[in-house]
Amino acid sequence: MITLLEARNIGKRFGGLQALSEVSLTIRKGEVYGLIGPNGAGKTTFFNVLTGAYTPDGGEFVFNGAPLPSGKPHLVVTQGIARTFQNIRLFRELTALENVMAGHHIRTTAGVWGILTQNKHTVEEERLTTERAYELLKYVGIERFATATAKNLSYGDQRRLEIARALATEPQLLALDEPAAGMNATETGQLKHLIEQIRGDGITVLLIEHDVKLVMGLCDRVAVLDFGRKIAEDVPAEVQKNEAVIGAYLGGGHKHAH
Amino acid sequence: MEIFLQQIVNGLVVGSVYALVALGYTMVYGILGLINFAHGDLVMVGALTALQTMMFLMGVAPGMSPVAMLTLSLLVAIPVCMLLAFTMERLAYRPLRNAPRLAPLITAIGVSFLLQTLAMIVWGRNYHTFPQLISTTPVQPIEGVFITPIQITIIIVSALMMAGLILLVTKTKLGRAMRATAENHRVAALMGVDTNMIIALTFVIGAALAAVAGVMFASNYGIAHYGMGFMPGLKAFTAAVLGGIGNLGGAMLGGVVLGLVESFGAGYIEQATFGFLNSSYQDIFAFIILGLVLIFKPTGLLGERVSDRA
Repeated sequence: MITLLEARNIGKRFGGLQALSEVSLTIRKGEVYGLIGPNGAGKTTFFNVLTGAYTPDGGEFVFNGAPLPSGKPHLVVTQGIARTFQNIRLFRELTALENVMAGHHIRTTAGVWGILTQNKHTVEEERLTTERAYELLKYVGIERFATATAKNLSYGDQRRLEIARALATEPQLLALDEPAAGMNATETGQLKHLIEQIRGDGITVLLIEHDVKLVMGLCDRVAVLDFGRKIAEDVPAEVQKNEAVIGAYLGGGHKHAH
Repeated sequence: MEIFLQQIVNGLVVGSVYALVALGYTMVYGILGLINFAHGDLVMVGALTALQTMMFLMGVAPGMSPVAMLTLSLLVAIPVCMLLAFTMERLAYRPLRNAPRLAPLITAIGVSFLLQTLAMIVWGRNYHTFPQLISTTPVQPIEGVFITPIQITIIIVSALMMAGLILLVTKTKLGRAMRATAENHRVAALMGVDTNMIIALTFVIGAALAAVAGVMFASNYGIAHYGMGFMPGLKAFTAAVLGGIGNLGGAMLGGVVLGLVESFGAGYIEQATFGFLNSSYQDIFAFIILGLVLIFKPTGLLGERVSDRA
């Protein structure tokens, strides 16, 4: 197995709160890697540090063998890491299609001059972007809403649209922050299918999720965070048996606090 | 009937100038939530730069055709205004991007004073005669209704520029990036949009429209002055609020509606007040409208609530 992303001793402190301390983990190419833990364990902080929204206080990420730039979100996306948000952050006033096209922005090269003169390269690139965006909408199953304004989509479809937009950046690693939050059982089932499809297409998935059933049924490996520390990293079946994990989820996890 | 039609013509001419300037206010507001009060003064800088260019051209090439001269002076005035707006954004507004809202607003008023004062130093305090290179001899498409060739030019040029802007914003990658940035800077940046560049570009595009508006405004009235941007600026701001600030279509609609209201107001105010007020009071209409819109329909005709963001 080839390593895609390696987190080395990542630390992040907010004032008096040590949100992450010395978190190290390794994500392999092609797997679905779950990151779970009780509320406030530092999962979303880990995402924010990884995607450049925050600068870590210590440690580094190595992606494809090279260190990731820290604190520069758009450079991280260029490197091939895309994310979705726990609270959906679409461009609400744009259509579904335009949202996905905006996601592809980073892979396009037309400049201001090309756009004003509408030269061949720009027109062709725009055509390909549109085509690719349609394909992605179809891929996540919402192509019939292509021209609908994003804010008018149902909650589940907005989640799908956010995934389509993230895929439009052509990532190698797709980081999903609680994609099943607020979904009913049917929608969660469809989401599971979609994530499996994404993995099948060779994209590595990092999944933060509260739905333990989904995580255990989907992930190849799972890491558990508690009070900013990694307390376990293994295949789902082993993690479920891990006593530290059971303790953390049942409220006995304070022994890990400092 | 002739008077009625005449007022429509006058209203459309003034309204299209307001609409062009209002677009600059509304675009910047849409993307930053900032009311750029210095925008009106770009109209003045555009007009005076064009005037300066015309004087120069008349000196070196007196035989040049008026249309070529007007075009050349526009080609100087537009980049000058664009550069000025770029500098303004970079030096005055960008450092305040994360400051409380009031700070950039007050700064914008300061920049407005600065521009007016600088223009006064460069071009003096006097009114300048602005060469009317396009004929101002009225024609009568309908008996009794007068329209001058410069007025026809104003309406056509404004309509073309607005159509171009709409195409840019709705149909291109750049426009998509602008709309994405307007909604959420951070997420747009995550999609690889250079949001600083997009914001600067928004100012620059607005400035180009303002420069054109300035040259046309001055050509129509045959006069230019360091303070000439102030009143059209306020009126255009009113037009933007009337249409729904942040909304491009709203700015255009607001501009034209305001132009028409002013024109009809000026035409009939004397009759309506039995001679107590006359057409020199026409400015009150814009501000009555501003007041009424803010009280009864703060979202404007097509847009969002001003009080949410301003």
